[in-house]
Amino acid sequence: MKLITAVIKPHRLDEVKDALTAFGVHGLTVTEASGYGRQRGHTEVYRGAEYTVDLVPKVRIEILAEDSDAEALIDVVVKAARTGKIGDGKVWSLPVDTAIRVRTGERGPDAL
Amino acid sequence: MSPADTSFVLICSALVMLMTPGLAFFYGGMVRVKSALNMLMMSFISLGIVSVLWVLYGFSLTFGSNYSTADDGGLIGNLDFIGFADTIALTPDGISPDSTGLITFALFQLMFAIITPALMSGALADRVKFSSWAVFIALWVTVVYFPVAHWVWAADGWLFGEEVIDFAGGTAVHINAGAGALAAVLVIGKRKGFKKEPMRPHNLPMVLLGATLLWFGWFGFNAGSALSPTGTAAVMALNTQLATAAAMVGWLIYERVRHGAFTTLGAASGAVAGLVAITPSGAHVNPMGALLIGVVAGAVCAWAVSLKFKLGYDDSLDVVGVHLVGGLIGTLMVGFLASDKVNTIAGGFEQFGKQALGAFSVLAYSFVVTFVLATLIQRTIGFRSSEEEEVAGLDLAYHAETGYDFTQTGTGSVPVSSVPASADLAAGEKKVDA
Repeated sequence: MKLITAVIKPHRLDEVKDALTAFGVHGLTVTEASGYGRQRGHTEVYRGAEYTVDLVPKVRIEILAEDSDAEALIDVVVKAARTGKIGDGKVWSLPVDTAIRVRTGERGPDAL
Repeated sequence: MSPADTSFVLICSALVMLMTPGLAFFYGGMVRVKSALNMLMMSFISLGIVSVLWVLYGFSLTFGSNYSTADDGGLIGNLDFIGFADTIALTPDGISPDSTGLITFALFQLMFAIITPALMSGALADRVKFSSWAVFIALWVTVVYFPVAHWVWAADGWLFGEEVIDFAGGTAVHINAGAGALAAVLVIGKRKGFKKEPMRPHNLPMVLLGATLLWFGWFGFNAGSALSPTGTAAVMALNTQLATAAAMVGWLIYERVRHGAFTTLGAASGAVAGLVAITPSGAHVNPMGALLIGVVAGAVCAWAVSLKFKLGYDDSLDVVGVHLVGGLIGTLMVGFLASDKVNTIAGGFEQFGKQALGAFSVLAYSFVVTFVLATLIQRTIGFRSSEEEEVAGLDLAYHAETGYDFTQTGTGSVPVSSVPASADLAAGEKKVDA
C-alpha cells in the first residue's frame, strides 16, 4: 500500500475531491496546513506596519491506496489541483506497512 | 432641569456608557490572541472602579463647585457631595428639578470619567499587571482626570474662564488620555519583541464592531454635551457624522497612496480619529469646517501612528497617534475655524492662542503627573508583568481564562471538582456531580 499526500491550494480541494470520487476513492483525510514553497508569502499592512507573511494557507490531503492504483491516483490529484500558477503545491507518496479499519479490525488492502 | 433636558441627557448617558465596551472591542481585536481578554478587561474594569469613586468623591471634586457660591479657586471642586449625601431631594411633587438636574448631570459626566482612563489601556497592551492597572486607574482619575475635567468644564474652572473651546472633551478626555498614555509607555517600556516580531491584530471584525459602537455612542458623547435637545446638539450631531466620515476617507486615501491598500483597520482608526477631532470643535464650526477637521485628522493621524517606530516608543495601539494627535488637531483647528454664525465664539489668532493654552496646559499636566504616578506604582507594587507572563499571555496569568476554543478536540480540560483525589480513590469513594 501507499500513502499519497498532497499539499495544495485550498480552493482546489473541491476539484480534487470530485476527481478522486470519480476515480473510485472511498475515503480521504483533509487537514488545514500552512507553509511556503518557491512562491514564499505575501505582504500585510496594519496601520502602516508592513509584515511579510511567509506561511500561506494550504490544505493537506492524505489518501491510502493500493500499490497498483497509486500512480494513476497521483496523476488524478495533480491534474485536478493544477492551476498553472506559482504556489500550486506538491504531491508525494510513501510506502505503508499496514492499515486497519477500526470498526471491523480488517487489515491490509481490505481496510481501504 | 426640565423633563425634556432630563430625558435627553439620560438617553445620551446610556449611549456614552456603550462607548467603553465599544473601546474594549476596538482594542481587544487589535492585540494578539494570548492577551485578548486582558485587553477587554482593562477597559471594562474602568466601568467598575470609576463608577464607585465617582459617587464617593469624584463628582464632588470635579463639579461640586458648580453648586456652591464659595470661590474654590478654579483648580479643583469641593467635598460637598461626598457619597452623594442629601442630593436626592424628594418633594411632594416628586424629586425636585434641581436634584434631578444634579443626578442626571452626574450620571452623564460619570461616563466621561470612565472612558478616559480606559483610552490609555491600548498604549499598555500585553504587558502590565491587571491589579496594578486597577490601582493606576483609581489614582489617575483622582489626581489627573478629576482636576483637569474641573479646569475645563466646571463653572469656575480656570480653562473654562479663559474661554477655551472644548465642547465635549478634546482636552479633558483625549489630550489628557493621550499625554498620559505617552508618559505611562515611557515608564513601562516596550513589549518584548517590539519591532522584531510581527504583532498582527487577532480579530479585525471585532475591531470594526468596536469602532461601530464607538461611533454610535459618540453621538451621545458629543450632542449630549449640549445638555439639552437644542439646535446646538443637532449641529454637533451632524458635524460628528461629517468629520468621522471625512476622517475615515482621509485615512484610507493616505494608506492607499502610501501602502497600496484600503485596510479595515485603517477605516476603523480613521473613523475614531475623526470622532476625537470633532469632539472639542463640533458645536462651533459649520459643516464645511467639520469636513476639513475630519479629513485633516484622518490623514495626519494615519501618518502619526508611524512615529512610534521612528522614535522607538511602544504606544501599542496608537493612543498617542490617534487620541493625542487627533485631540490636538480638533482643539487647535477650532481656534481658527470657529464660526460666530454657529456658536458664540469667532475664530482667529486670539482664540487660537486660547486653544493652545488649553491644549498644552492639559498635555503638560497629564504627562508629568502620569509619569510620576506610573513610576511610583512601578517602584512599589510593580506595574509591568513578568517576562514569563508576557510571553505566555496575560489571559491565563491574570484571568485564568482563554479567549477562544475553536478546536473540536478541545483542550483536554475537566472540572477540577470532578477529579477525585488519590486518597479518595484508595478509599473507594467517588465524587458524583449532582
